Amino acid sequence: MSDDVRDTAAPVDAAIDEARPELTPPSALGSAARSALLLGVFSLVFTALMALTYEATREPIRASVDARRLDLIAQVLPPGDYDNVLLDDSVQMPALPALGLEQPVALLRARRAGEPVALVFEARAPDGYSGAIRLLLALRANGELAGVRVIEHRETPGLGDYIDPAKDRARTPWITQFAGRDTTDATGWAVRKDGGDFAYMTGATISARAVIRAAGRAAAALSPVRDALFALPAGSDATPVFAPGVEPEHTAGELKNGS
Amino acid sequence: MDPEARAALGDIGRKGLWENNTALVQLLGLCPLLAVSTSVVNAVSLALATVLVMALASGAVAALRTLIPHEIRIPVFILIIAALVTCLDLAFNAWLHSLYLVLGIFIPLIVTNCIVLARVEAFAAKNSPLAAAWDGAAMGVGLLWVLALLGGARELIGSGTLFAGIDMIIPGARPLHLLGEEYHGLLIAILPPGAFILLGLMIAARNAWVARAQPAHPTDTHTADAPAAA
Repeated sequence: MSDDVRDTAAPVDAAIDEARPELTPPSALGSAARSALLLGVFSLVFTALMALTYEATREPIRASVDARRLDLIAQVLPPGDYDNVLLDDSVQMPALPALGLEQPVALLRARRAGEPVALVFEARAPDGYSGAIRLLLALRANGELAGVRVIEHRETPGLGDYIDPAKDRARTPWITQFAGRDTTDATGWAVRKDGGDFAYMTGATISARAVIRAAGRAAAALSPVRDALFALPAGSDATPVFAPGVEPEHTAGELKNGS
Repeated sequence: MDPEARAALGDIGRKGLWENNTALVQLLGLCPLLAVSTSVVNAVSLALATVLVMALASGAVAALRTLIPHEIRIPVFILIIAALVTCLDLAFNAWLHSLYLVLGIFIPLIVTNCIVLARVEAFAAKNSPLAAAWDGAAMGVGLLWVLALLGGARELIGSGTLFAGIDMIIPGARPLHLLGEEYHGLLIAILPPGAFILLGLMIAARNAWVARAQPAHPTDTHTADAPAAA
């Protein structure tokens, strides 16, 4: 141990040179080949280290990601309201403009004793004050919104970020206004200043407007087809439900895969 | 351990923590410093990850230093640092998931934090693994206490709390509301300019301290090898 430390004090360049005396005099090609080989060996060793770590962490990471999703969902839909394995009961949503999404996402279906309870899905408000705002919504089978949460935003701290209940200083967080709202009624989805039903914070209307519009659009798009969405077999693609002009017909056969 | 060796290690520690402090003297690695120091928990978490990477990377490089050809040492150093950071990133994702989401891109960015490569090149490549790991850790801890102070000051002024988000590490722990629930915060402290202003004040305070201490110890040679940013 003390030997280890002593050579810190001594100049060590000489020691390094001594460590490769057999190289003299190396040809340029030979030394390049040796360097390449060593670099290759180092790459292999450290790639193996990363691969092992990846293998060791894969299951815990999946568990953390799932737990995190369920935590988020619990904010819009109480876990006691459903009894199915929520993350396994999904359908693939197309990149609907009404949801503001750029790529297909999963829509989850909560059920209790096999009966539809709520749809859980993401939407995106493209027109936040500083970029897009991502939302998570839960729409009950009866057309009522169970809740809305902001899951990602870049609104100004202390100003527009009251849309996120974690940052909202109000006694009743602003975002809770969405809970219980009837989505079959398309009127009133605006801040009071614009003639709608929603309260907002003076001086930071843009953030509130973006969220309300996005939630309204998403609700208007999904509310009319919610029965059809519940009827799809798990894991299937929901695109036909939204195909223009095609009224989805459900049969008893379609419903049997529900849970 | 003989006294000479202990003195060498003590010297390395003192340089890392104060005389050659990463954040206050060398001014290296400021990108994560300014971006993540909006709260104590974020700042300390990222700094701890950096300490770990610096100690491991320096130790590994020092252990392998005789095997690494001089001409390709930089790619090999980067390879070692990147591999260690990747492992740490995966570990954070697996076991400290909410913190992982907060620190996000700044964990992989430790690879590009120039202080890590700087210590590997300037110290670890020429010294024993033990001394190198100790040097990496000391440099990292030097960054850590500055980040903790900066994070604490920004959080307190900006939002009136301390240790917000502590429940991400210790479930159930509550942050302190030192300035009361009604304090609405001075926004600039949370925004990037606040970080620059507070860091500037800390550097000024350190310089004033050193300037005042210097006449009393004219033989103190350590301040000579503490140049500003490389």
